[in-house]
Amino acid sequence: MKPADVEPLPEAPPAAIRRAQEARLIATWEAQKGWRYWSAVNNTEVGRWYIAGALIFFLYGGLLALMMRTQLAFPGQEILPPDLYNQVFTMHGSVMMFLFAVPIFEAVSILILPQMLGARDLPFPRLSAYGFWCYVIGGVFVCGSLLFGAAPAGGWFMYPPLTTTYQPGIGADIWLLGLSFIEVSSLAAAVELIVGVLKCRPPGMRINLIPLYAWYILVVAGMILFAFPPLIAGDILLELERSLHWPFFDPSKGGDPLLWQHLFWIFGHPEVYIIFLPSIALVAMIVPTFARRPIVGYSWIVLAAVGTGFLSFGLWVHHMYTAGLPGITLGFFSAASLAVAIPTGVQIFCFIATLMAGPVTRSVPLLYVFGGFATFVLGGLTGVMVAVAPFDFQAHDTYFVVAHLHSVLIGGTVFPLVAGLYYFYPMATGKLLSERLGRIAFWPLFVGFNLTFVPMHVTGLRGMPRRVATYPEGIGFDMLNLLSTIGAVILAAGFAIVVWDVIRPKGKQPHAKRNPWNAGTLEWLAEMPNKPWGVRSVPEIDSRYPLWDQAHIIRDVDEGRFYLPDAEERKRETLVTTPIDAVPVQCLRVPGDSFLPMIAAIFTGGLFIFATFYWYVAAAVSGVLAVGVILYWLWIGSARIPEKPEKDVGLGLTLPLYASGPASVGWWAMLITMLGDLTAFVGLVFGYFFYWTIREEFPPADAPDLRPWWPVVSAALFLASWLLTIGARGWNRGGRRILFHGSLGFAALLAIGGSAALVWSLREAGLDPEAHAYAAIVWTLVIWVALHAAAGVLMQLYCMARAAAGYLTPAHDIDIVNVALYWHFATATALVTVAVIAGFPAVRG
Amino acid sequence: MPRSSPLHRAALVCASAAALAGCDGIQSALAPAGRDAERIAELFTVMSIGAAVIWTAVVGLTLWVSRFHTKAQPERYANALILGGGVVFPIVVLTALLFYGLAPLPHLLALPPPGQLTVAVTGEQWWWRVRYQPPGGPAFELANEIRVPVGERIELQLSASDVIHSFWVPSLAGKLDMVPGRVNRIAIEPTRTGTFRGACAEYCGASHSFMNFFVVVMERGAFDDWMRAEREDARPPADPVAQRGQTAFLANGCGACHTVRGTPADGTVGPDLTHLGRRISLAAGTASNTPGDLQRWIAATDRMKPGVHMPAFNMLNGAELAPLAAYLSGLR
Repeated sequence: MKPADVEPLPEAPPAAIRRAQEARLIATWEAQKGWRYWSAVNNTEVGRWYIAGALIFFLYGGLLALMMRTQLAFPGQEILPPDLYNQVFTMHGSVMMFLFAVPIFEAVSILILPQMLGARDLPFPRLSAYGFWCYVIGGVFVCGSLLFGAAPAGGWFMYPPLTTTYQPGIGADIWLLGLSFIEVSSLAAAVELIVGVLKCRPPGMRINLIPLYAWYILVVAGMILFAFPPLIAGDILLELERSLHWPFFDPSKGGDPLLWQHLFWIFGHPEVYIIFLPSIALVAMIVPTFARRPIVGYSWIVLAAVGTGFLSFGLWVHHMYTAGLPGITLGFFSAASLAVAIPTGVQIFCFIATLMAGPVTRSVPLLYVFGGFATFVLGGLTGVMVAVAPFDFQAHDTYFVVAHLHSVLIGGTVFPLVAGLYYFYPMATGKLLSERLGRIAFWPLFVGFNLTFVPMHVTGLRGMPRRVATYPEGIGFDMLNLLSTIGAVILAAGFAIVVWDVIRPKGKQPHAKRNPWNAGTLEWLAEMPNKPWGVRSVPEIDSRYPLWDQAHIIRDVDEGRFYLPDAEERKRETLVTTPIDAVPVQCLRVPGDSFLPMIAAIFTGGLFIFATFYWYVAAAVSGVLAVGVILYWLWIGSARIPEKPEKDVGLGLTLPLYASGPASVGWWAMLITMLGDLTAFVGLVFGYFFYWTIREEFPPADAPDLRPWWPVVSAALFLASWLLTIGARGWNRGGRRILFHGSLGFAALLAIGGSAALVWSLREAGLDPEAHAYAAIVWTLVIWVALHAAAGVLMQLYCMARAAAGYLTPAHDIDIVNVALYWHFATATALVTVAVIAGFPAVRG
Repeated sequence: MPRSSPLHRAALVCASAAALAGCDGIQSALAPAGRDAERIAELFTVMSIGAAVIWTAVVGLTLWVSRFHTKAQPERYANALILGGGVVFPIVVLTALLFYGLAPLPHLLALPPPGQLTVAVTGEQWWWRVRYQPPGGPAFELANEIRVPVGERIELQLSASDVIHSFWVPSLAGKLDMVPGRVNRIAIEPTRTGTFRGACAEYCGASHSFMNFFVVVMERGAFDDWMRAEREDARPPADPVAQRGQTAFLANGCGACHTVRGTPADGTVGPDLTHLGRRISLAAGTASNTPGDLQRWIAATDRMKPGVHMPAFNMLNGAELAPLAAYLSGLR
């Protein structure tokens, strides 16, 4: 059903009322002063911190790049000895990928997405804050290790067995645990952004009207959700091999180093698109603004972005062309890798077509978009070249690939980001960056980039491998490397100008005029400088470019003629709408400022950081504290029963203040989180069957027999626990409190029993995880189930406590509904595990 | 003990190789000397010309429509551009490229029929164990150097003993990884004689940069002579200095790791040294094969090659080192 078109109030409320509304909104949304400022969780504050953090890590990564270029300027230098050089290149790649490229997308999105969607905040502000603090703590820890010469030195790809037995120091542990910690925060942001795009849009903004940026966010966050978990699964296996000697990658004990490569690149290739699509999303916002017209081919771009997302999961083997795979595999993945160029080409041509169909206005952001185009198209074309397996046999792991990937990432990501910086800076701070400095910086950036990386194509084909700390004189590398180093210095000078433009004092500079670029999308409702409320009233939308197409929209928003023009109860509120048609369904109260996310992040950091040093007791204590803080945070901050069931949000619309099930944001967050969790589990199951495909006999003949009796009992117990949890959900609705408590309590016991039965079945069979990769992967699956059962039991007990405290009632049941949703996934995980570890060997005979 | 930069040594190695062939280009995929490398170089040429044309067209079009042609065009044209430039053109070009680009693949993966000479190469941190397996004849081992006859397709069996390495001689063929627990097979088919440099192309730890080797392509007759000589045991040293060197070699336990066929030294941890004196380089392309470099290497191995598994024999004095180097250099 298409909702009726809603018009704003015909008359503005009287000035006195408006002033009172504004005062209440400011009091509600303003960040606190002094040291309490750091308890902020609002997207404006967290978004700015996040961007600043990502840019600082970018400069750090750039500094590492300059160190490498200095070392390689001339043959045979010893400025960076190999041991240090290896740490530097490992850190350069890891920092740029994990601490800059992915976080900057999340940072920018946290800042601008709510503004673009006319929302006051993202649905889970404290989750954003928690993610940010995890990121900062993890990032500082990983980067700091270099100062002590203890940084990881296994390359950003961390191939075992080099990173298992052959690097006994803590560097590899820092990489595995520190970056896993940061991956958790990336996943948190992905959940937040998906729910934000699906559920926190302004009324009327149907899915075909959302800004292209939001489409890209949806695609990219979805990719993070399915790409990061396989890496986390791989990290778990690698860390288990390092710390407990479980031989997943040790061929002498049935393991295989290639398993890591598969898990890594199933993550690693989508990662490239995770990095590059958000920047294209920025371009998709900038190009129409300066072409003075709507984008041409909106549907084409959406289709292409979704297509790129899907295809990117089918290309990972092109990073393994030289690993000795069969010809048929090489042919298949060559074709798939070439195919991904098509949706990319579609996006590029949509932008060119938009420029063609509009009267183009020159501007600094557009200049950087063009610089990015020229560079990215070069990288795309060399990408097509290396996609062809025979050519890659030569190019792989040489400077040709270094040139290719930097063209893609600097052209496809960094140039558009600088464009976005110049474009969105006034929205974030109220002031414009300097047009003059922007134009000046462009040339050293563009010339420096090309001088650094274009010669590298030749360097690589002349035979220079990647990741060498130095090279001999006179075999054809000398002049090319010198040129690259000179280019790097010029490139760095360009960045220095941009940095100066950002940090130079702007006290005397007047604020920019409102909507300085005459753009058409909602984020430009922002006042200069913007007010803490984000949007004065939440508008009804019926166009892709409301500022161009909807008459008086700025006036109507400013005068509070739309939804939620007030904060009567001094509570932070934003609208929740349906995912497709954006029909308003709830007035969501988002939690306010709190130090809890920061404290939870510190303890979560402790868990990972102490584990790096093998201080397992301290790690466990820190982990328990983290769980405790998070439970406390949920207890006081989530699923609060409102003082009244519904509220008038303006324009005659009354919305409930509490929602449960698919109408609520919490349910969606749980669903999305569990999809990611299931993906990690599939990564582990993939490991099991990967061994089966490469070993003639798997499970190995000499492995102890796993009798199916206990696993079957375990499956039955988990099924019963699941049914009782579902039952509890219904009994709560029916007000049957005793049945509710009884069933949940019993369900918890059954889940504990189910885990015990699984663990016992392995103990009884005498499966030794150190002896063989088979036993190790089976143990890993079982522990995975047991940990999920433990979390599930905690949730069941939490629901009982909530009900006892009166926070969970028949009408307010989001806790038990979400826990039941969790148990669908946890039970599926347990049943699949039983089927794999007990069923598969039985079927194999 | 003077500071001896590893790369200074490497340059010397190159200089000695240059005596055999021009140095610039001894490691270049753009100057192919093998059938496989020739096919790939041709592919590269065609693809780079195509890429240059497409790049110029796309960037030129972007600038033209936005800078020099700022008048708005009808949306009809814009849609046609998306369909033509973004969909039809890439599909046509990429399909053509797929067929053209994959055409060499069967040849590149083809192995010579069994029953001929195969060479097993094992990557180890940070050197190459090379084991010749001639049909009929006994197998023999050397290190960091491969000699092959020109015009014949030779199978190489690649494996690794510790971490992943990658075998790459750009002049002859593409690279192939050496993965612990697996044997990967690649063939090379040199088309001209000469000396070519190979490198490890997979990051393999501290001294990844110092893991190189040489491939010498010879006429069949010269190759047969070389192989016959290589198979033989080491001849006992004739001059007294070298004899003292042999005594030092055995007394210092070198034989625990190294084999010198025909002597009690039969270790298999490190490179076989039976005919060390005939090789082009020392320590996997890190130093030139001269008695002076040999002394410097033995006395301070980790100076030339950080992290190397061979300990530095810095307790040996000049009176022992010089004869030792003389003995080893004399193993021809």
